[in-house]
Order: sequence, then C-alpha cells, then structure tokens
Amino acid sequence: MKKTGSQILLECLMLEGVDTVFGYPGGTVINIYDDLLDYPIRHILTRHEQAAVHAADGYARATGKVGVVIATSGPGATNTVTGIATAYMDSVPMVVITGQVPTPLIGNDAFQEADIVGITRPITKHNYLVKDIKDLARILKQAFYIARTGRPGPVLVDLPKDIQLASTRFAYPDSVSLRGYKPTYSGNVRQVEKAVRMILAARKPVVYVGGGVTASEASSELMDFVQQIQAPVVTTLMGMSAFPRRHPLALGMLGMHGTYSANMAVTNSDLLIAVGARFDDRVTGKVASFAPHAKIIHIDIDPTSIKKNVRVDLPIVGQVKDVLVKINKELQAHAETTAELPGMTVAWREEIGEWTRTHPVTYKNSETVIKPQYVIEKIRELTDDDAIIVTEVGQHQMWTAQFFQFSQPRTFLTSGGLGTMGFGLPAALGAQVACPDRQVIDVSGDGSFQMNSQELATLVQYQLPVKIAILNNNYLGMVRQWQELFFRRRYSQTPMELPIDFVKLAEAYGATGLTAARPEEVEGVIRKALQTPGPVLMEFKIDREENVMPMVPAGAAINEMVLAS
Amino acid sequence: MDIANMKHTISVLVENEFGVLARVAGLFSGRGFNIESLTVAPTLDPSVSCMTIVTSGDERVLEQITKQLNKLIDTIKVMDFTGMEFIEREMALIKVQATDETRAEVLRIADIFRGKVVDVTARSYTLEITGAPGKIEAVIDLLRPMGIKELVRSGPVALCRGSKDIKG
Repeated sequence: MKKTGSQILLECLMLEGVDTVFGYPGGTVINIYDDLLDYPIRHILTRHEQAAVHAADGYARATGKVGVVIATSGPGATNTVTGIATAYMDSVPMVVITGQVPTPLIGNDAFQEADIVGITRPITKHNYLVKDIKDLARILKQAFYIARTGRPGPVLVDLPKDIQLASTRFAYPDSVSLRGYKPTYSGNVRQVEKAVRMILAARKPVVYVGGGVTASEASSELMDFVQQIQAPVVTTLMGMSAFPRRHPLALGMLGMHGTYSANMAVTNSDLLIAVGARFDDRVTGKVASFAPHAKIIHIDIDPTSIKKNVRVDLPIVGQVKDVLVKINKELQAHAETTAELPGMTVAWREEIGEWTRTHPVTYKNSETVIKPQYVIEKIRELTDDDAIIVTEVGQHQMWTAQFFQFSQPRTFLTSGGLGTMGFGLPAALGAQVACPDRQVIDVSGDGSFQMNSQELATLVQYQLPVKIAILNNNYLGMVRQWQELFFRRRYSQTPMELPIDFVKLAEAYGATGLTAARPEEVEGVIRKALQTPGPVLMEFKIDREENVMPMVPAGAAINEMVLAS
Repeated sequence: MDIANMKHTISVLVENEFGVLARVAGLFSGRGFNIESLTVAPTLDPSVSCMTIVTSGDERVLEQITKQLNKLIDTIKVMDFTGMEFIEREMALIKVQATDETRAEVLRIADIFRGKVVDVTARSYTLEITGAPGKIEAVIDLLRPMGIKELVRSGPVALCRGSKDIKG
C-alpha cells in the first residue's frame, strides 16, 4: 500500500520503538502534525524548539534510548542548533526531523528557508536532506542506526514539504548497509593483554572514568574491574554517576573543579587507565603537566579521541563494556598476580587517603545565610537514591557535581562538553517524561534558569512533577567568580540587576513556587516541594559571592589548585 | 623538509553523494587543518568518488586528519601515501605571451617537458603540461620571464605504484 512521506516518517518512528517525540509545529511540518493525530505516538509540545531538543536529550540520557525531535523549517530548524550541538558534544543518541521548503524552492531564499543541513554539518554525527521519497525509509533507518551505534550522537533529517506529500510503497529495510560506517566494538585481544600486563606492573594506578561507561552501560563491569585491581577512581563530569561516589575507592571528579585527591592522584600516578573519557581541557589543565609520570591506557570507541589531546602509550579502540569484560577475564587468567596487586598498591592508597583526609571536599556552613553546598547536601539527603538530578551550567552545576554523591548510572544529566545554560529545565522535562515515577530535580542558577524558563508552561501543561531548585545569587556566578579571581573584581555585566520574583513567576504558569532566604528554611522547602504534586519551583537565596572551590586556574597544571578563596 | 609542515598526499574514497565535498572541506576548515589542494571526481564505480588531498602537518596532525576523515559516515577509505611508492600527477594550463623573440623559446620549453600547445593566437600560446608537481613548478619558472598571462593547475591526483589498489 502506498503511503505519504509524512506517514512513512511516522511508520518508521513506530518501527523504531519511538513512543514520544518532542517538537513544535510549523508550516513545513503541518502534514506530519496532521498525520500524527492518527498514530499512537505521544507528542510533547515545548515552548521553544531549543527546549524540544534538550528535552529529547534529557529523555535519551535518562534511558539510553534515541530522543526524537520534530521542528519546522527556517527559524524552527535554526532554534534546534544549540540543542543539537549540546547532544553532539556529549554523545547523546538523537534523531532530529526538520521540515524544509519544497524541493523546487530550495536555494531560492524561500519563506522560512534555512540550509539546516549545511548549518548542522559540523554538529551532527551525520545529516541528510531527503530529495526523493523513495529514499525516505532507508534514510530514517540509517539515521536511527547511526544515532545509537558506535559513539552515539545526533542525526538530522531534513524533509522537504513536497516529499512529505509525495507517496510511495512503504517498506522498511531490515538492515543497514553503510560501507563507510563500521564502528569497532570489539577491543583487540593483544592490546587487552598488553593492558593487563601494564596494570599488573603498576604501583600507582588510577582509573579515569568518562561518559563512555554510561553510554555502553558498563558500570557493573567497571565495578568488577576496580574491585579486582583496587585502584582509585576519578571521574569526569560526564562519568560522574557511572561509579558510586561513596565507594571507598572513589575520589570524585578531577580537573578544574575536581577534588584535591583526584587531581593529586592523577598527577602522581604511574598508570592512568582512561575508560570512555576524552581528556577534555577542563580535565587535563596544562597538558604538558598532566599525569607526567604515568603511562596512559586509553579505551575509547572513537579512534579520533585517542591521541587527540594527550600522548597515549596503549590505545584500545572498542566499546568500553566489551573491553572491560575482556580485561576482567584476562585479569582472572592471571589470578595469582591479580590477587597480589592490591597488596602491592597499599602504600599508594594510603598516600591518596591522606590527601582525601587533609583536603576533603568541604565548605563552611553558616547559620545566617544559605550556603549553596548545604542546599545540594539537603537535596541529596531528602531525595530517593534513584532520583534524576539535572543541572544547568555554572556554579550550581559544579556544586552539584562536588556534593551530590551520585550512586546510580544515568542519575546525573548535565551539559558537560558544550556547557549549555538553559539545558537543565527542558532536559529535566524530557527525563520526567521518560521516567514518570521517579523524582526529577533540576538544580539551577538564576541565570541559566531564565534562558529557558518558558518551559514551566510545558511542565504544567503535561503535569510533569519536576522540582526545580534555583540557587539564586543574583549573579552570573561562575563568570563573577572568574572576575573576582582574575579580573580584580571588576564585575562586568555579571550582576543580574533585576531581582525576579520566582515564586510569582511559577504561579503565573500554574506551578507551585516556594522560597527560602534563611538556612533553617531550606529543609522545609525541599520537603514541601517533594510532597507537592506537579511541578514545583524552589528558590534559595544563597550567599551571593560563594565560590566553587577548589579551582585550577585556566592553563595551570591540575595539581596547582586554589583551595579556598 | 620541516617535519612539522611535511606535505602529505591523501586519497579518500567517498560516497558519491550530495554534500560530501562540503563535509570534507568543512572538516578541514573547522579543525584548522591545511588544504593545499583538493581534487575530486567519480571512480570506476560511479557511486564512489575519489578525493586527492594535499595537506601538511606533523605526525600528530596527520593522524587526526586521517582519523577524522575516517569518522565521516560517507568516507569509505582513507590512504596517506606518505612513505609509500606512489605516482602523483598534475596538469597545468599555461597561457604565455608569444612575441617574435620568445615564440621559439616557448615551444622549445614545451617540447622539453613534453607539453602540448593547445591554443595559439598571434600574441599567445596556451600550453598543457602534465607531470609531478615539481615538473609543473619547473616549467612555470622557465616560462615566467616570457610573461605568463594566465595559469590554472588541477591539483595533483595520485595512485600507489604496483598492483595494490586503495581498497586492498
């Protein structure tokens, strides 16, 4: 039977198991939206296309499934750009469908025309302009395949209006054949053997964990590995929830706002085992001084990540999970030596323990003013273990990373690579759609929150019970902190001069608004928010000039930390 | 030659599809890699195009270029000819002023380099020269004193020597 392009699109979504799409209608997708009424696919109408992409991103990060977005041509498509770039940097599987002006008009500067394939070329894993209805099913099959396999990422499919209206016989391909795309999943056995020899010879090993562990669902393999070799674990922002923070071997985050012990451990290690991490500049600081005494083993599914920023002694290209399984097996093949390993590294763990004891992650609480770290600790205390914590970008994000102590994978959703303010609220929305029965908290700053605050409307419309915690300091706090430390306190454009009544703002949208100005009010506000059905906005008027500490100044080595301001 | 700026000739087999050239060119510009020349045309298999790219950089940069090219979904195969026996050829069309004094000399140079005269007017010769980039340079140097009015170069194309092909 013949189907139209827009029907084929929706059939393909069904066959890919898509139950929810995030989007915003418009002239060039109006046919898709018309047909959508006849398909059992849930559509979440956000208030901005950027938010639709972040919501699909949050949905994908919370579940590992592919997030799907529909947006119209021109401004609808260009509004998706920041969301796509965010997903690309953090390797989030996503398919974005954009409408396009009819093919005869492409290139004519038609109404609401933008070359979105050209615009998104460097920020998508791959993208397509559909020029023939006969290619549509194959392209969609490929789009989902590319998005979710290998190193995951966003794929955009630009669908001109005349293609949506054209019809053809629909047949969904069973398989995908792309001669130029064959990701390496299986780690090379020789390399694995070499890695194990290096691990068994190490006396100061450190395991450096990134988002690749979560992407390949390898947390339990990682735990097995770490338990066998009893090596300390440092994590990136993206790897945060892949290894439980309260585990005795967990040192927390490394890098610019990493813990003292994590940065010292890396700097003094003799073997650094990078697992699904990419040596971002916020992690390495000054590259020449990064892990200067260590041999480096780098496990990554993306060959371009290897040797991009740092020298690597032993690369293993493959899926983190596959490689860890093989390493664990190989360690067992050397059971006797492996069993001796923890004994050989006792001194190393004691040295690190000393760093952790002398320089713990801490802050000075106050009885008169709310400390942001205290709010994070209270949220941790009062929420479930499987609560999904989403953040925006800035100081509150770093405080969350430092103080929340995540224990389960996919419970910390944050824009790590691109650092997108305005990510948190829509991403929390998407996570709540994906996980209706779990607590979802958006930890926010007053600056970031205002970048997508219109999504309060979406939360209320769909009665998504996201709890928003705004750490309000009336500053763009992270930039202010840099200005304080490196620009002689010249606070150029960082004070948010107009104080917003966030309670009223929440109420205007039909959400509940709560506020706390004193430390003793914090717990009550959080408890009340968690007990209140539907979306709740909590505002915490925090110490205005609290800094994120410790801090490695940009360009310094990661062991050259400023410990307190 | 300076190792940091060593020239490399790379062959890239790509899907002969819409936008592939933009993907490759965008990759080079977006990541700050050099392109000295780039040629592209379909291969024996019309669904595949071959790009020959001349670029420069140190070992680390070249490794990234090769890996990043491979990462493109439309890239089927990448081959860096550096360190291999390979044949590199380029064509140039050179329009040279021809006066009574220089006419004979231009023809002699064309002859020495096995070039062809492809257009003649009362005041000019247009020569077609084919060869390795070094040969083209030599011809240009010799013709320059006579007055080159116009010059176009194709950029090199390359194949490895012997029976091995890029797919093997």
